[in-house]
Amino acid sequence: MSSQKEQRPVAGNRGYIRQKKERTIDIVSRRLAQRYRKEKRFKLYGLFSIILSTVFLAVLLTSIVSNGYSAFFQTYIKLDVTLESTMLDRENLGKSDFQGIIKQSITKLYPEVADRKSKRELYALFSSGAAFQLRETVMKNPGLVGKTIPYWVPADDDVDMLMKGHSKRGVPENERRLDDRQLGWIDKLVDQNRIEKKFNVTFFTAGDSREPELAGIWGAVKGSFFTLLVTLALSFPIGIAAAVYLEEFAPKNLATDFIEVNINNLAAVPSIVFGLLGLAVFLNFFGMPRSTSLVGGLVLMLMTLPTIIIASRAALKAVPPSIREAALGVGSSKMQMVSNHVLPLALPGMLTGTIIGMAQALGETAPLLMIGMVAFIVDIPGGFTDPAAVMPVQIYLWADSPERAFLERTSAAIMVLLAFLIMMNAVAVIMRRRFEKRW
Amino acid sequence: MQMTAEEREVNKVAAKSGANREIFLPPERERVKDGGKPHVSAKNFSIFYGNFEAVKKVNADILSKYVTAIIGPSGCGKSTFLRAINRMNDLIPSCYTTGTLMFDGEDVYGRYTDEVQLRKKIGMVFQKPNPFPKSIFDNIAYGPRLHGVKDKKMLEEVVEKSLRKAALWDEVKDRLDRNALGLSGGQQQRLCVARTLAVEPEILLLDEPTSALDPKATAKIEDLIEELRGSYTILIVTHNMQQASRVSDYTMFYYEGDLVEYAPTKQLFTNPRDQVTEDYITGRFS
Ligand SMILES: Nc1ncnc2c1ncn2[C@@H]1O[C@H](COP(=O)(O)OP(=O)(O)O)[C@@H](O)[C@H]1O
Ligand SMILES: [Mg+2]
Repeated sequence: MSSQKEQRPVAGNRGYIRQKKERTIDIVSRRLAQRYRKEKRFKLYGLFSIILSTVFLAVLLTSIVSNGYSAFFQTYIKLDVTLESTMLDRENLGKSDFQGIIKQSITKLYPEVADRKSKRELYALFSSGAAFQLRETVMKNPGLVGKTIPYWVPADDDVDMLMKGHSKRGVPENERRLDDRQLGWIDKLVDQNRIEKKFNVTFFTAGDSREPELAGIWGAVKGSFFTLLVTLALSFPIGIAAAVYLEEFAPKNLATDFIEVNINNLAAVPSIVFGLLGLAVFLNFFGMPRSTSLVGGLVLMLMTLPTIIIASRAALKAVPPSIREAALGVGSSKMQMVSNHVLPLALPGMLTGTIIGMAQALGETAPLLMIGMVAFIVDIPGGFTDPAAVMPVQIYLWADSPERAFLERTSAAIMVLLAFLIMMNAVAVIMRRRFEKRW
Repeated sequence: MQMTAEEREVNKVAAKSGANREIFLPPERERVKDGGKPHVSAKNFSIFYGNFEAVKKVNADILSKYVTAIIGPSGCGKSTFLRAINRMNDLIPSCYTTGTLMFDGEDVYGRYTDEVQLRKKIGMVFQKPNPFPKSIFDNIAYGPRLHGVKDKKMLEEVVEKSLRKAALWDEVKDRLDRNALGLSGGQQQRLCVARTLAVEPEILLLDEPTSALDPKATAKIEDLIEELRGSYTILIVTHNMQQASRVSDYTMFYYEGDLVEYAPTKQLFTNPRDQVTEDYITGRFS
């Protein structure tokens, strides 16, 4: 109303006369500029928020990558290992004293180190897993017995951190993990070209360990795989069946309204509650084995079911009624209408919902803590009933460790987790394309 | 357009009564051989949406093999009545009926009536063309396949026959495997007719089949109805009175849920018994 009262003189000498009979087009063009301004401002807001979120994402990714990329490499030290036949029993290779052989090789490098205390300090530069790795190598190639071979053993994580520049030499000796003598020994290795950073295969093939240089993500990856397999195998068919029934067949009455409200509520329940439920039902009541992928998958199924049901129902609702009418019109039964027309059209949406649910499950930690999946598990799980860790729990465990070397492994594990998430989304996109093309 | 003497006479009367639209005389139409038996009969038939009575106590016989048009202002219950005949309203949870509706001596809403069988015999074409997002062939073959035709040769025959009946064969015979959504609106609508014909229905229900089409496509659909007249009982809802007068033998006029007048088309358009009908067909309201 106020804009009508507001009378502005129009340009021109007889403006005051003209303004009374202002033409509609003038009002429109005056408003037009305002409209353009408004539109521009609106676009700017949008652009600003996009930029802001991109910046946040970039900061997050760079911090993870810059912290984590060095974990993909590990410092190795070359030893000349003499596999003396006297120390190795050919009949019983596995029981031989590989620890002793490694120690012998080390002392050969440093003949000047004599007393026990110094020796212990010297041995601490090498990973305690070196002997196990040597054992495996020799067991695979028994022909090596009696020879002297150059052998790369992983350095201890303190050495690794030093070589990667994460721990500094400049700080006073008593605040350092390595004392001056140990630094000298390392310098000697450097001089002899015996120390080198190599691709960290262990990180991708081993399970968890107390020693960072021996710890790997593979156990957690396999654990996550088994867990998600259980979740997918149960929640996809159950979720879709529930959605189809509720959307297409269930009578609309109080009972179904009640169910619908409850499903929506379940989607908002904190995930730890599902963990408690799993603890009470699957572990305590059914007595299923603790810390296993099977129970983890069941708990995550409870959590993802509402997501899948809600997404699937939305996908079913989005199928145009005209398609249903067309199908019924040529005499298909309701069942045929659903399976021949509605389901195929809704499937891409259902798959998207499922993948979102699975991605959520992949990143879930809290409910798994409740069913004991937070245990320290070294062995790589071989099945659904083996004790297992999952990736986010592994990340949580490593983030909690005091060693500097675990910090970079935490970030590296996060990178692996993100890679899996990106892969899952890519699969979702590809599957959606495939299914949409068929129609 | 040339007017006949009779039309000029009618329009003179219409003009005197303040009508703002010319009305058109339906052409003389041939009698249909062995048609005219009641195919669908409504007795005190009402249709409700919850408490709202959308169609009120209709008593009427729809005659076999003739074309019956349903006209009336928007929201008067035309579609509701049409969709009640093949129980398409079952999809709407709040919808129920009272009275009886008989089809071929069988109670449409009877307890033992199988609505799937019913819909096979009573085909329907909708306002907006709604082909399946599949190939042209699969669109037509879907119905026959459902009802047990497996043989490829037979399916091909059915598809060709149906497309020919729907006057679409020549336009699509080279691209039967293309997606039906690639057709024009008019072609899609004829495809929907063909799809319905493929299951060999006895009755064709057409709910404003041309309202989403351009005049050329509309003419094709009207020709098609003319072509099918005498072979099927056809019920067509239209808001276009000229269309009703062109294609139909009988016309029902609905107003606010009441079946106000039901008569041979020529009689309804030239000599309506009811004042409301006259007001409507002379265009005093719409
Ligand atoms: N699904 C529905 N639920 C409730 N009321 C409806 C529904 N469909 C139609 N109606 C009402 O029924 C009346 C008749 O509708 P309809 O048969 O679609 O009219 P038309 O003659 O335009 O085809 C209208 O008043 C409309 O509002
Ligand atoms: Mg309608």
